[in-house]
Amino acid sequence: MSAPAKPTEPKNPVTSRIDALFARLKAANEKAFVAFVTAGDPDLDISARILAGLPQAGADIIELGMPFTDPMADGPAIQAASQRALAAGQTLKGTLDMVRNFRADNDITPIVLMGYYNPIYTYGVDKFLSDAKAAGIDGLIIVDLPPEEDDELCLPAMAAGVNFIRLATPTTDEKRLPDVLNNTSGFVYYVSITGITGSAPPQQKAVADNIARLKKHTDLPICVGFGIRTPDQAAAMAAIADGVVVGSALVDVIGETAENRAQTVDKLLALASALAEGVKRT
Amino acid sequence: MEQKNSFRAGPDEKGRFGLYGGRFVAETLMPLILDLEAHYEAAQKDPAFAAQLEDLQTHYVGRPSPLYYAERLTEHFGGAKIYLKRDELNHTGSHKINNCLGQILLAKRMGKTRIIAETGAGQHGVAVATVAARFGLPCTVFMGATDIERQKPNVFRMKLLGADIRPVTSGAGTLKDAMNEALRDWVTHVEDTFYIIGTVAGPHPYPAMVRDFQSIIGRETKEQMLAREGRLPDTLIACIGGGSNAMGLFHPFLDDAEVNIIGVEAGGFGLDTPDHAASLAGGTPGVLHGNRTYLLQDDDGQIIEGHSISAGLDYPGIGPEHAYLRDTGRVTYVSATDKEALEAFQLITRLEGIIPALEPSHALAHVGKIAGDLPADHLLVMNMCGRGDKDVFAVAEHLNVEL
Ligand SMILES: Cc1ncc(COP(=O)(O)O)c(C=O)c1O
Repeated sequence: MSAPAKPTEPKNPVTSRIDALFARLKAANEKAFVAFVTAGDPDLDISARILAGLPQAGADIIELGMPFTDPMADGPAIQAASQRALAAGQTLKGTLDMVRNFRADNDITPIVLMGYYNPIYTYGVDKFLSDAKAAGIDGLIIVDLPPEEDDELCLPAMAAGVNFIRLATPTTDEKRLPDVLNNTSGFVYYVSITGITGSAPPQQKAVADNIARLKKHTDLPICVGFGIRTPDQAAAMAAIADGVVVGSALVDVIGETAENRAQTVDKLLALASALAEGVKRT
Repeated sequence: MEQKNSFRAGPDEKGRFGLYGGRFVAETLMPLILDLEAHYEAAQKDPAFAAQLEDLQTHYVGRPSPLYYAERLTEHFGGAKIYLKRDELNHTGSHKINNCLGQILLAKRMGKTRIIAETGAGQHGVAVATVAARFGLPCTVFMGATDIERQKPNVFRMKLLGADIRPVTSGAGTLKDAMNEALRDWVTHVEDTFYIIGTVAGPHPYPAMVRDFQSIIGRETKEQMLAREGRLPDTLIACIGGGSNAMGLFHPFLDDAEVNIIGVEAGGFGLDTPDHAASLAGGTPGVLHGNRTYLLQDDDGQIIEGHSISAGLDYPGIGPEHAYLRDTGRVTYVSATDKEALEAFQLITRLEGIIPALEPSHALAHVGKIAGDLPADHLLVMNMCGRGDKDVFAVAEHLNVEL
């Protein structure tokens, strides 16, 4: 078992591509566009081409979904993405290999893995962290690991030099906020609605109020995600946050082009460019 | 007094039973789960809560359920003296109502105005729809599309009771998928919704809370056996899906070292095939639906769908406390196949005039494997946790009978 947390010693011993990115964006007065796709969706080859093309299309950070059979916090779009990837044979090891290949040509764009704990637990936490670090992964967002379970992966990740990026939500009250933000590094992911991915778009005012609330407790950048689909919605969120995450809308392109896979990469990257334009509009 | 090295001491303050259990949920749910825990603790200390629950258990459910000496079954196997704990006589036809009443009283205390639940066989769904009707709360039940097909009578009962049934088509359309969908709904409606989980799984405090509400089975059994035979039973046997009827029977006896305790998992087509639902026999520890426990999974940590003839047993996990009791060796876990369960189903129907659900038919199949070798003064209790009305159509199909 890992040593118990020291709650008095806050956050970030990790400096990473993520910190460097936000420093650059801050200097340029820009916001971050965070693009989510699922690794191996719809197959390894197309997924690798999407990954390689996203930085050029304007993605500042790539959030790479680790497919899981039971994505309990995801709506139909990302559930389908997981199923396509698994059907095509994607594994956690395959996801790490993808990132290693990506890093051969790109040493700047941060990659954050997003998913559920079980595949990592089964892989073995220590082995996973050393393999992930070696592959060039910068951060982890693990939906089903709240601060109450920090011993599992968060503290070992920090020790291994991998950012552990926490989700804060509308239900995270004042009492919990310090616990949620403690041990968080890289950025904070604000979940804009109570719900699953791919739901209705968030209300700008409510999100702005909540970001202001978070800012009182942390100096970390705050990215907003869940329910953001269009360039205009991205622009509205970029006006009030440090970064904007889009997932389901991008992943939907992969679902919609199932009959014509030759179009998948171009169409997805075109949407990514439009979303990036929305984020940079402000 | 609780003993120092008690098997009944768990969970700890992190909701763990040894390595198992915990609170592996999205942040959105975390404040809610802490709130639920606080309300549950307060309710446990409130005599009015206990009194209201007891009144309903007596006059609405019909408790205590009888402890019945199954004379002809005993003769048939020619060994142990077999008793059936008759929870199939409960209102709604299974043990599931014990837990649902406790949870809906808690939902009321917390001021929640909407109930959701997952269901496999539909017994939990029916029990939830029943208490929701009784307390006037709207209720949505998530049920796998495959299960809806094989449990039609229960689907109709739930509809009659006013429940909104949401078919779940993701995955194999069975219990695990229904639970995913219920969790998604819960995350989306945290403010007003109470999730009544139907077994001893999910994030802390559910495994402990459901166990506590089901423990009435074991407490009654203890009292009834002492009254009838003047001593504790020698062996307890119950079937295991998520493990709630089993935990309810077992828990009050865990520190009675002389009582031999056996849980029966669903062996499906056999443990040497991929088609079974025996998480302890064929699984490895992992994290799903809010807790760490034994899971049917591949070596990439992807969950494998369980199979069982019984829609109530084909869950690929098991309650975390069972995982702990297995590792410590306090409880023995075995399995029975579809075929063995089907044979046991027919046997007890003919011998005792009791049509059991397919779930406890698994427990009965194991009784048949051991009873004959035990002495006549060996007291064996099997949990008859559900009646078979819901299963007669499915059984007819398996027996190639057209209705
Ligand atoms: C009659 C009956 N027994 C057993 C089960 C399995 O659940 P558990 O293992 O939680 O008792 C079910 C579930 O639907 C059931 O309907």
